[in-house]
Amino acid sequence: MSTHHDPSTDLTTRDGAPLPERFEDPGLHEHRARVGDSDPKAQKRAERQVVVLFAISILGSIGAVVAYALVPPGETVGSMRMSNLLLGLALFLGLAGIGLAAVHWAKALMNDHERAEDRHPTATSEPVRVKAVEALREGVKDSSIGRRGVLKGAMVTSLALFPLGIAVPLVGNLGGDWDVSASKRTLWRRGVRLTIDPSGRPIKASDVTIGSAFHVIPENLEEAEHPLDEKAKAVVLMVRMDPRDLKSEQGEGWSYDGIVAFSKICTHVGCPVALYEQQTHHILCPCHQSTFDASDSAKVVFGPAHRPLPQLPITVDDEGYLVAQDGFDTPIGPSFWERLT
Amino acid sequence: MSTVDSPPAPASRTTRAAAATADYLDQRTGVGNAVKEFARKIFPDHWSFLLGEIALYSFVVLLISGTFLTMFFVPSMTEVHYHGPWAAMDGVQMSEAFASTLRLSFEVRGGLLMRQIHHWAALIFMASIVTHMMRVFFTGAFRKPRELNWLVGFTLMILGLLAGFSGYSLPDDVLSGNGLRIADGVARAIPIAGSYISFGLFGGEFPGMELIPRLFTVHILLIPALILALIGLHLLMVVLHKHTQYPGSGRTDKNVVGYPLFPVYVAKAGGFFFVVFAVIALMAATMTINPVWNYGPFDPGVVGAGAQPDWYMLFLEGGLRLMPGWEFVIGQYTISMNILIPGVIIPGLLFTVLALWPFIEAAATGDKREHHVLDRPRNAPFRTAFGVAYLTSFSILVLAGSNDLIATHFHLSINDITWTFRVLFFVAPPLAFWITKRICLSLQRKDRELVLHGHETGRIVRFASGEYIEVHKPLDAHERWLRVQHEPRRPIEIEPAEDSRGVRRKGYRLDAAKRRLSKLFYEDRVEPVTPAELVAAQSHGSHDALPLAPEEHREELTAGASGSRHLAPEPEDTEGTQRH
Repeated sequence: MSTHHDPSTDLTTRDGAPLPERFEDPGLHEHRARVGDSDPKAQKRAERQVVVLFAISILGSIGAVVAYALVPPGETVGSMRMSNLLLGLALFLGLAGIGLAAVHWAKALMNDHERAEDRHPTATSEPVRVKAVEALREGVKDSSIGRRGVLKGAMVTSLALFPLGIAVPLVGNLGGDWDVSASKRTLWRRGVRLTIDPSGRPIKASDVTIGSAFHVIPENLEEAEHPLDEKAKAVVLMVRMDPRDLKSEQGEGWSYDGIVAFSKICTHVGCPVALYEQQTHHILCPCHQSTFDASDSAKVVFGPAHRPLPQLPITVDDEGYLVAQDGFDTPIGPSFWERLT
Repeated sequence: MSTVDSPPAPASRTTRAAAATADYLDQRTGVGNAVKEFARKIFPDHWSFLLGEIALYSFVVLLISGTFLTMFFVPSMTEVHYHGPWAAMDGVQMSEAFASTLRLSFEVRGGLLMRQIHHWAALIFMASIVTHMMRVFFTGAFRKPRELNWLVGFTLMILGLLAGFSGYSLPDDVLSGNGLRIADGVARAIPIAGSYISFGLFGGEFPGMELIPRLFTVHILLIPALILALIGLHLLMVVLHKHTQYPGSGRTDKNVVGYPLFPVYVAKAGGFFFVVFAVIALMAATMTINPVWNYGPFDPGVVGAGAQPDWYMLFLEGGLRLMPGWEFVIGQYTISMNILIPGVIIPGLLFTVLALWPFIEAAATGDKREHHVLDRPRNAPFRTAFGVAYLTSFSILVLAGSNDLIATHFHLSINDITWTFRVLFFVAPPLAFWITKRICLSLQRKDRELVLHGHETGRIVRFASGEYIEVHKPLDAHERWLRVQHEPRRPIEIEPAEDSRGVRRKGYRLDAAKRRLSKLFYEDRVEPVTPAELVAAQSHGSHDALPLAPEEHREELTAGASGSRHLAPEPEDTEGTQRH
């Protein structure tokens, strides 16, 4: 007796007729009237609300013009933010008023009777298809392309080739001089002084205290034809540690009294490895967290990089300034196909 | 409504003017046909159909705010020294692009608002595209005849990513510059052509002088034009197919139930544009985004800690962060798997599966009919579970893209976090799949339970015999229809490998593969209640007639299931659950 047979949901089974395989769709819900549909007062109220919303929009739009005229961005972040805030809030009111008014109007006042519309199969009917195929067939016949193979070949070939006249010059010019080997060369060579980025001041070895890190560029950077391109390859991170902490270096005598210099361009995808942790001598790339050990030939200790940061061999010149002994002996930065060729 | 039934009023001046305009237009364009066809076209109503609208409207907001920005932005990498109201950058060397971005923020009135509107709208554009895609996926709206429109939408999503990345890079600040450097690193990892692709993009070495002007053209002309064209195609197909509708009484594959375009959707959808624009304006007014004046101009030697790309790029960034440093050399040539796998292969796989899903599922169902009534996600357990697993792997990559922020906010070791995500990337998606599938099947069982036994009423009745039962209230026809309207999906049947004379059939291997795929999709399933089952359950409850019904019913099930596992509760169970 757990189910009470209410006639609306009952199934017509008692008379022994066979049951259908599936239930039948009961059809659309009955329409439920809104309060406003029967109550003119409620309808009037909704209408007033819509008008008020439109009025808010009008005030907002006027407010935006006023804010524009009266509140300039000024010279400080504070004044700039104030100008932005007032203008933005006014714009918000101008827009939101219209939007909410329209939606409220639609929901509260417009006819809300759901209707059903028939769908038709997406595919066209068989007679239409037959006519379409016939039209194409006639066209093909009229063009006589079916019987003229050479013509067809010539047409396809010419159509396939004409974009070359545009594409070849375009692609050909895109890469400038296409001298991709340039990415293997940097401004560092024998005797080039290490200078501070960005001032360009040369660095005396005696000024580099133990535990400090220097962001370094080559002294001749500003004279280069494309300083930014050169800087993107030549930046170096230089640190000094107690010489006894130095476990290994990439070449014998490449450091100077505990001062080691490595390419600052990550061997993963090329971010500057700008973070130095002086206790562990770890150099960290903030982009993808590749971690290199400056005391151990900048070997990778963690992260997605595979190769150590290339080491710049350094020494001091007669005046005690740090200089490069030579350029990098491997290409700096991320790996690429022909890196070792 | 009074407006519907009111007698025709005498023509006012406005009405006469409108009629004259309509007549003028119709005589020159024949627009009457289109108006007759579309003005009262029916669209179904559901909040989730608004997701696509948000995407459309935020794109319009992007066009409006973007046009404003182009008036003041200078797409040039020529180096200048800044002298302007922002004292912190006085005398600093920067590109004209960055200088003009500062000018837009500090000197152009409303410039900062438009910049922030543009950036927020871009984030919302991508977010609404992705959630709209999720809605389409989980409800099976991509099924025939909408497979091609799924592809159009997919392409729009990819174009959105490109639009976002190219725009993000334009201000030429430190963050975006390092983003470009990463893009350069990924391009160079491509075997053989990598260096040439990089040179082609940058017009020579990184960063060069060409990139910002090139990105500008791509960002303001090429991509928006393509997006606009594809949006047109996308909407055209929506009109051609008529919108899908959620299941419910009166809604079938042969009709569409809803409200007419004019006036209801003109007001609702038109109003919604203003609502979307208003929300974006409010965000731009109150929430700072991309304050480039704090970051400074791009410098290849400078980088900020805790830098994040915009959210839709995080999954790529996360992949790059998770991948161990695998790289190997064949002969003299270097292959960087540490970049190729997360930068090319994984996104390639993820996107390919996404694009091809309608076709994969069509092969599994073997169904060639049109579908206009949406699935409830529970009724497609494999698809729903797959979608959740997919989103899980995507989310893990997104989270991994923020591993440094997670580390600093929660004071955790970055190494531990990275290792956790590496493991989760493989473990979590299958787990999510399994759990989701179980939840779907359970929800389907709950639907069966409800249909068979009705709602609990909390009313306890004692019989003369001393037996207690709780009275259950049967579902009304509408409630029941929602839970039984879907067709059971079963693995496809194929013809045997050999015919009656023992000759091997051509195409059997392909069929067998489809059958395996189909079993993977539909072997575990719960089928909707049939009228026979309901009658059986009712007669059971009332100790009524039809004693044979359960027996017949059981036979039917085994015949239909043909060897596959069948998860419908047995009639015996139904008695147990009924009388608790």
